[in-house]
Amino acid sequence: MVKRLLQETKEYTLSAILTPVFMILEVAMEMIIPLLIADLVDKGVEAGNMSEIYRIGGYMLICAVIGLFGGVMGGVLGSKASAGLAKNLRNKMFENIQTYSFENIDKYSTAGLVTRLTTDVTNVQNAFIMVLRMGFRAPVTVVVAMVLSFRINARLASNFLIAMIIILAFMGFVMFKTRKLFEILFRKYDDLNASVQENITGIRVVKAYVREAYEKTKFTTASQGIYKAATSAEKMIATTMPMMNFVVYVCIILISWFGAHFIVVDGTLTTGELVSLFSYCMNILMSLMFFAMIFIMITMSVASIKRIYEVLEEKTTITNGENPIYDVPDGSIQFKDVVFGYNKTAERPVLDHVNLEIKSGETIGVLGGTGSAKSTLVSMISRLYDVDEGEVIVGGHNVKDYDVETIRNQVSVVLQNNVLFSGTIAENLRWGDKNATDEEVRRAAKLACADEFIEKFPDGYDTYIEQGGTNVSGGQRQRLCIARALLKKPRILILDDSTSAVDTATDASIRRAFREEIPNTTKLIIAQRISSVMDADRIIVMDDGKVNDFGTHDELMARNEIYKEIFEQQTGAGSGDFDKAEEGGED
Amino acid sequence: MPRGPQPGSVPKLTKEQKAARRGVLGRLVKYVGGRYPIHLVAVVICIFLSVICNAKGTAFMQQLIDSYILPMLESGSKDFGPLKDAIFHLIGYYAVGIAATFAYNWIMIFVGQGTLRDLRDEMFEKMEDLPIRYFDTHAHGDVMSIYTNDIDTLRQMISQSFPQMFNSAITIVTVFVYMLLLSPTLTGVTIAMIVVIILITKTLAGTSGKYFREQQKALGAVNGNIEEIMNGQKVVKVFCHEEEAIEKFQELNEQLYNNAYKANRLANCLGPVNAQMGNVNYVICAVVGGTLALNGWTGLTLGALVSFLQFTRSFIMPIMQVSQQFQSIVLAMAGAERVFGLIDEKPETDEGYVMLVNAKEENGEIVECEERTGMWAWKHYHKAEGTTTYVKLTGDIVFDDVDFAYNPDKTVLHNIKLFATPGQKIAFVGATGAGKTTITNLINRFYDIADGKIRYDGININKIKKADLRRSLGIVLQDTHLFTGTIADNIRYGKLDATEEEVIAAAKLANADSFIRRLPQGYDTVIKGDGGNLSQGQRQLLAIARAAIADPPVLILDEATSSIDTRTEKIVQDGMDKLMHGRTTFVIAHRLSTIRNSDCIMVLDQGRIIERGNHEELIAEGGKYYQLYTGKIQNA
Repeated sequence: MVKRLLQETKEYTLSAILTPVFMILEVAMEMIIPLLIADLVDKGVEAGNMSEIYRIGGYMLICAVIGLFGGVMGGVLGSKASAGLAKNLRNKMFENIQTYSFENIDKYSTAGLVTRLTTDVTNVQNAFIMVLRMGFRAPVTVVVAMVLSFRINARLASNFLIAMIIILAFMGFVMFKTRKLFEILFRKYDDLNASVQENITGIRVVKAYVREAYEKTKFTTASQGIYKAATSAEKMIATTMPMMNFVVYVCIILISWFGAHFIVVDGTLTTGELVSLFSYCMNILMSLMFFAMIFIMITMSVASIKRIYEVLEEKTTITNGENPIYDVPDGSIQFKDVVFGYNKTAERPVLDHVNLEIKSGETIGVLGGTGSAKSTLVSMISRLYDVDEGEVIVGGHNVKDYDVETIRNQVSVVLQNNVLFSGTIAENLRWGDKNATDEEVRRAAKLACADEFIEKFPDGYDTYIEQGGTNVSGGQRQRLCIARALLKKPRILILDDSTSAVDTATDASIRRAFREEIPNTTKLIIAQRISSVMDADRIIVMDDGKVNDFGTHDELMARNEIYKEIFEQQTGAGSGDFDKAEEGGED
Repeated sequence: MPRGPQPGSVPKLTKEQKAARRGVLGRLVKYVGGRYPIHLVAVVICIFLSVICNAKGTAFMQQLIDSYILPMLESGSKDFGPLKDAIFHLIGYYAVGIAATFAYNWIMIFVGQGTLRDLRDEMFEKMEDLPIRYFDTHAHGDVMSIYTNDIDTLRQMISQSFPQMFNSAITIVTVFVYMLLLSPTLTGVTIAMIVVIILITKTLAGTSGKYFREQQKALGAVNGNIEEIMNGQKVVKVFCHEEEAIEKFQELNEQLYNNAYKANRLANCLGPVNAQMGNVNYVICAVVGGTLALNGWTGLTLGALVSFLQFTRSFIMPIMQVSQQFQSIVLAMAGAERVFGLIDEKPETDEGYVMLVNAKEENGEIVECEERTGMWAWKHYHKAEGTTTYVKLTGDIVFDDVDFAYNPDKTVLHNIKLFATPGQKIAFVGATGAGKTTITNLINRFYDIADGKIRYDGININKIKKADLRRSLGIVLQDTHLFTGTIADNIRYGKLDATEEEVIAAAKLANADSFIRRLPQGYDTVIKGDGGNLSQGQRQLLAIARAAIADPPVLILDEATSSIDTRTEKIVQDGMDKLMHGRTTFVIAHRLSTIRNSDCIMVLDQGRIIERGNHEELIAEGGKYYQLYTGKIQNA
């Protein structure tokens, strides 16, 4: 998993490799300096040799400069490598997400994908630079300091080894103990945040029911829970600092006592060496602390690494077959015994043995309750999902035999969840055909009855659409989305509840325009409103994943209960639809 | 992941902002100090002890060589007795030091977490009391981020930066004193070096700060693009727009990389540069000190020099730490400012004094009583006469020439006059933005009116305590908000002490009982994340049940416009009808059947009631209502 992510260092691999090398250079210098200090004390100061002091002092300065060079290079290259890795990870994830099929997309929530591309990448970036700069530095410091100490005096140095083992064991223990506690804490945090979120979005309900006091009590309890969980987790952490101090102090005392003996009694140690030992002792223990910190950072980024890995390794479920067809001959559609379910383990499929035959150029209405699988039905046509069983035939060929891009361009879907992107209206419309002339853009907008309101904007087609299309009304957004789909000049046009916010009159004129201007395009119109489908050539009545009926308005009125019921409910008192009419009245 | 503030990522501040930040810091210190005065005193003492003991330890190394080893070497004595005593003293110091370190770390946990808990609680309590207007004018994400990000930076500051800064400060002072005692000359050298270090830090941090700001901007652009494309990913697929999306993203991403690289490059150099400057200082001190010691100038001994060299190291470290902590404190101040900003928001005011009480009728008079009688009365105390009257709660509502504006310069409701007698159903009809929802928001005083009067059972609603007023009004909003908890909990939201039977009765009335029973855990099914696991229609049924259990005399209904299918809609409609029965109801209507059954229909247009009357009257009138009803409206 980590390996897979590291593959993405690519052009920054050299920087990534050189960073630790330079860091080791810096560490080496840091290690040599105490040695030189020992010499300085012994040979220079004690021997009263000023020229030695200058000589050794000069060496120290050279070491400091080399150390500086190593440190700075390490810092620069480390930043390059980690920022580069972050960039490559984002790019790679983004590219891979673009290949996802709808099935892949459904697996992840939008928010989840955004977090993976942002926070998770930042986590990995931070952990990566930490490892590059400190991850090598700390162990190297420990090893070098240890070797040098052993060279000076093996018996004293063995103290360090024991101290190190004690500290590592203790840290391991603390980490093991606290991990669970922190997990509990994080979960409690999530709950608390969820509760705040609820109260912010539902504040009207809280106030309307005068439940402020109730919510406050609930919150205080949750907050107290966090306090308890946090303090019990941090109590463990709080023992680490004194513990480190304790071990350091024991080391210093042992070195002092035995060091004094070695100097005075055995004469196997010099005062300068004693000073060096003190500083190695500090070096080793500081490095261990750093090491522990790095370890914590890595553990924390493991979750992020896993989540990034998932996105990188997700394989699209829809790919081109061999020798794909690049031309859709006509707009005829045929469903042959199609079975499909989003959840493959579910007992009952969403589409249950659907058979349909639609001729090229027909206008087809699709009607049915929520969950009757209307949207699912039309998703099969442009191969947004692959059928589990049976075949979908478009223009005489199985949709799987077409090039994916070809079939999607020839079958234009206006999704239920309309999204416009930040950019001008013209730019948004040109999503359908980036080479479309102004004239073509205008014509598509006219067909979708969008031209009338676009022209009223001061900037016309150059009006800037905010992210998410928040500066146009629901009805306007829907019409822009239809225009965008029309620019593809598709063989088949599918509107999935795409005129629900458009008033009845405009809705009717859009359908009239379709009939007159693009008669050869097959049109499928999903709607809740019966007036939107009544005048279609034929109407599909969906019920619970099955085609309940398929026929003209008159036929259905004569024989279909569901259809009749819907018709009567919606038209029983005039065709008025207060809600919908409002939106239209806005522009 | 600890989101440690990046060095240098501090936005440039004006003088006033800096002053404000300092004010916030003072307030925070007071906040913590006011809650944990004894704790803090203990912490200060412990930090002080721990620093002193640490310094003693460092000083011991001088004594070790100067006072014990060298004399022994010179005299050839092998008497380790004095050294043994000294080491025992040292052990004593160390023991105290460790105990003190442990104690202040331990105490700070409770101080830090306790303060955070109190801040969170206070924020939430204040937030619950804020007027609706606050939530209208503040993005929910921003408010959320105060609870998460800002509190998090405060946590870091209180539990890490504060003690660290204090520790460093004491260390610097003590070490400085020791150094001064050992050798004033060398101390001068070190101080000169520190000035250089501070200057370098300032330059590097300043330059990298510029790039960090650029990086934040680039990050914002990348995040914005990611969010937009991920939200519209299906549209991207449908339009085969993948290539273009990738191209644009890579462009933004490259920019982010450039800025991130430059910003981090400088910030990462800061450590090594400072560390090596420390080494250079070490060398200079060694050379100067060596010269001094050899020549016997200034009375510097070899042992003192060794000690001094140790001290220079422990002197430069805390100075580097302080400069780092300083940055994170400035960042945390921005967070603290927002936290206190929320706490300082002006809560909803309530001058109401008329209360809603349980009542019963005795000899034709209404008397207050303790027990629940199902009968309610307004307890009205008249200050002038010193008398108390009781008015029976019936649900009679009158709007008398009401004007309202969200912003003082733009009136959204003009001269609204209407009355509803108990049990009547009033429907509001009109285009989005015509003011339907606003009217209903005035009845429960989510907003206060600018002019005119609203009377409830003859009492000006401004005189009624808000809590009592709202308790007497049931409300079903267009977008249903449910809370984490079981289904029963959610229904009980309307009446906290409702029995199980009452919950079920309410669910039955709302037509919710049958779907609830089909859920695996029935009434104990836990709802998560605003009811994401329920369908829109089911959520609405629960909201109706919630209103039903409260059994208010007046109802405000905002009919859902969302596309629920015709059959579910019928069930919801039916539930609403049952709920409306026998209550004064204001309904923001979308369904024909609701409107036709209303006693009075108000047609709103741009904040004015332009037509009023029942269905037949309005149809006969042939105005706007007629147009809406027949659908014969021409798109303007």
